[in-house]
Amino acid sequence: MTPIFKAIALLGLIIGMQSPVFGQADAPLEDALLEAKARALMEEIRCVVCQNQSIVDSNAEIASDLRRIVRARVQAGETPEAIKAFLVERYGDWVLLKPPLNTGTIILWASPFLFILVAGFILISYRKNQTKAVIAEPLSDEEAKTLEKLLSEENDQEPKA
Amino acid sequence: MQRFVPLIIIVALFGLFFFMLRPDRDPNDIANVKLGKPAPLFSLPALSNPNQTITQDTLKAGRPTIVNFFASWCLPCRAEHENLVKLANEHNMRLVGIAYKDAPQASAQFLQELGNPFDLVAIDQSGDIGIEFGITGVPESYLVDGDGRIRYHFRGPIIGPNLEDQVLPEIEKLKQ
Repeated sequence: MTPIFKAIALLGLIIGMQSPVFGQADAPLEDALLEAKARALMEEIRCVVCQNQSIVDSNAEIASDLRRIVRARVQAGETPEAIKAFLVERYGDWVLLKPPLNTGTIILWASPFLFILVAGFILISYRKNQTKAVIAEPLSDEEAKTLEKLLSEENDQEPKA
Repeated sequence: MQRFVPLIIIVALFGLFFFMLRPDRDPNDIANVKLGKPAPLFSLPALSNPNQTITQDTLKAGRPTIVNFFASWCLPCRAEHENLVKLANEHNMRLVGIAYKDAPQASAQFLQELGNPFDLVAIDQSGDIGIEFGITGVPESYLVDGDGRIRYHFRGPIIGPNLEDQVLPEIEKLKQ
């Protein structure tokens, strides 16, 4: 029983979630200028079913509803910002394909710059270390003598070993 | 110490990638923004009597309610119906159905055929109230507390073990 149900449900998920039995006409607005405005806005709205499509590209039933809402609100003279705010209130920032800059997304937006900064710091600190290492002072007289002594001792020992 | 910095960065990145790829994480599961907030305002005709209006006030019932969006044309709804009946009969849950973009007589027929677990059924023929709730399709279910606040959201059909594993624990949490 359960596997059959699962199969039915899966099939249903594929066709059922967007089955347009009760679809409404997806008619463009009569005023071409307003329609262009509405379409430009729709390009920025994510289809909440397909997730990686805008509602312009999506055939999902909900996308069609959202198009209808966007058109009606554009027709009523609402600003794109107001229409976006309406959708964000219901579906969250996620409904906008381009995430807005706010406290929740500041890390997202700042992260490329943070990465460049961190990489810069690491690069600079490496360079400093490299230049520091090399230059050696000449030996003092005393050091030269000690070195010579040590070397000659080593040479003396060698044949015995 | 310095020479280990690249290694530490690589290991940290791998850790992050594996964490984000863990099997129980579903990147498609976007939390509903309505969680913790009062259910949206609505005013819809009742299926049993079109002259009667059902509003959000019906969700301030003093005890938890499940709001279920369904439609007779929706196959997954058919599949989950058994579990909704179980919720109403065995777990004594109050359910309010919202018939989503469905012809009223088709919804009525659907409930007659499969049994009616709903206390009330409202008709959302335009689908506008579905959008108010932030649904992405049918079926979707919302667990609303006694004060009318949305506390849990289940997207898709509540089939098989989903009821025991996911929905019932959330109801238990509300009772405490």
